Amino acid sequence: MSNLIFDKSRAGRRAFAQAPGASAAVAIPEKFLRSDNPRLPEASELQVVRHFTRLSQMNFSIDTQFYPLGSCTMKYNPRACNTLALLPEFAGRHPLGPVSHGQGFLTCMYELQEMLKEVTGMKGVSLTPMAGAQGELAGVAMIKAYHEARGDHDRTEIIVPDAAHGTNPATATMCGCSVKEIPTGPDGDIEIEALRAVLGPNTAGIMLTNPSTLGVFERHIKDVADMVHDAGGLLYYDGANLNAILGKVRPGDMDFDVIHMNLHKTFSTPHGGGGPGSGAVGVNNRLLPFMPIPVVGKSEVDGVTVYDWLSEDDLPQSIGRLSGFMGNAGVLLRAYVYMRMIGREGMERIAEYATLNANYLMARLRDAGFELAYPQRRASHEFIVTLKHEAKSVQLTAMDVAKALLDRNYHAPTTYFPLLVPECLLIEPTETESKETLDGFVAAMIEIVRAAKEDGVNYKEAPYTMPVRRLDDVKAARQLDLAYRRDAAEAAS
Amino acid sequence: MNELPGDLLYTSDHEWLRREDDGTVTIGITDHAATALGDLVYVELPEIEQEVDSGGEMAVVESVKAASDVYAPISGNIVAINEDLNDDPEKINVEPYGEGWIVRMEPADDFDESELLSPDAYQQLLDELED
Repeated sequence: MSNLIFDKSRAGRRAFAQAPGASAAVAIPEKFLRSDNPRLPEASELQVVRHFTRLSQMNFSIDTQFYPLGSCTMKYNPRACNTLALLPEFAGRHPLGPVSHGQGFLTCMYELQEMLKEVTGMKGVSLTPMAGAQGELAGVAMIKAYHEARGDHDRTEIIVPDAAHGTNPATATMCGCSVKEIPTGPDGDIEIEALRAVLGPNTAGIMLTNPSTLGVFERHIKDVADMVHDAGGLLYYDGANLNAILGKVRPGDMDFDVIHMNLHKTFSTPHGGGGPGSGAVGVNNRLLPFMPIPVVGKSEVDGVTVYDWLSEDDLPQSIGRLSGFMGNAGVLLRAYVYMRMIGREGMERIAEYATLNANYLMARLRDAGFELAYPQRRASHEFIVTLKHEAKSVQLTAMDVAKALLDRNYHAPTTYFPLLVPECLLIEPTETESKETLDGFVAAMIEIVRAAKEDGVNYKEAPYTMPVRRLDDVKAARQLDLAYRRDAAEAAS
Repeated sequence: MNELPGDLLYTSDHEWLRREDDGTVTIGITDHAATALGDLVYVELPEIEQEVDSGGEMAVVESVKAASDVYAPISGNIVAINEDLNDDPEKINVEPYGEGWIVRMEPADDFDESELLSPDAYQQLLDELED
């Protein structure tokens, strides 16, 4: 484990490049100024460069390794998106500057809204939510606002399949709704009769991911939509798996009322360890008045097209603002450039190659003896392998395989999710991987299991080659300790 | 798989119940459930004197893999909770049928044991899940 930059600190050591500039006089009253110096690390420029370069080399990332993390759509982020989003005309724009100075940026954002509407079949899009979870919150808040605007105050139940992302029931709860869970059948579709049983006058809506987290397309979606609408509820589309159907099937055509899109997944903006994301929401006509603000509007003034922010005055029933401005501007710009580069036909190819890669990988692993959780179903953009037999016969768990893959330079697939499937790996290769990479991954999977079965290799201590070895996740959960204590660190050194 | 205790009743949600001499019922989750969840790190217990309906949420068990609701297998009144689990949730993993008990209930009047599973019936359910 690498030392912190604080551990390298020596009094009086300085780095020219990181030195603070000359401080100007500030009008902060004397009593609010601190009298002692903050505990900042004191290191040379070379030490700082080495420290952070080495940290960056410890990362697994899409730029360095295959990253088949199911349900996360870890695809390549084209460099052009980054380059164009960083143009000084974008990066230097002040968010409080007059709209007349930001027409270029607003044009891009308006067009992004329009492209997202077109590709999802929705009637309105708001780019405001800062991340997927906030998009979900906005979506369910709009469903609630819709029912309340109609005086339908008893509609407080949100239906969620048991295979759903954990964020779905969490979102419903955050919005003051109660959660009704319905089971999934053996073929991966939700059980229609169980849905019928929970629908009623208290139904606010249902939250669905389609394709589901089981990696299969919900075949009864039309029946589900009709039943929920007939009961007076609305349909929420969790856009986590939108990559699989992009340009092929539109959530709007499946009769969804509201959808959130993870632009950092489907539209290839960087996933950043809790860093900036985008959870843009799309709505149909029912929910248009409730969209979160601001939204970018377009009008003609004296024959000139003008883009402007739509706010409370334009959308008085809006659920309100979710951030200081409108989402993460840099992320939205990257998604805009990506969509412009891909184009309409490219959208379809995304779904085709994402699905082809997943099905190729699934077929090769099945032929190699791995058990599929839903062998009778075609994969969408991801699929599930279960290691329940290996766990029993040679104590090889899904976690062991995940850690052993790290030693073979592959990021692990998603482990132990969805919860319905024992000892599972949820594998999503995405469309940007080559056949050679997929074949290499299959070979690594085969070798890990073969060595466990034939040579008695156990991977309980794996990974062996990573800067961090097997973590004690139980201890981390029971005795969480994240604080850096300088005195303790000094005593230990 | 270890042998199931023969003096308990079970549910298809992988909970167990034991009738105590004073008429109360002790409830926990089975070894199968605890093993499937993995090492538990947190248990949320109900309040004493809380009334629960059969099928309603009664407690939450959380492992490093998942948080899972524990549903009340019968209707009744909570008369005791296993407060040791606040500090040592792993007791459920170590002794699911002993020190890892979760709540004790006074069952409602319409308590009907015949709706629960015998050890043999629960074992059969587990065998089916194995396939």
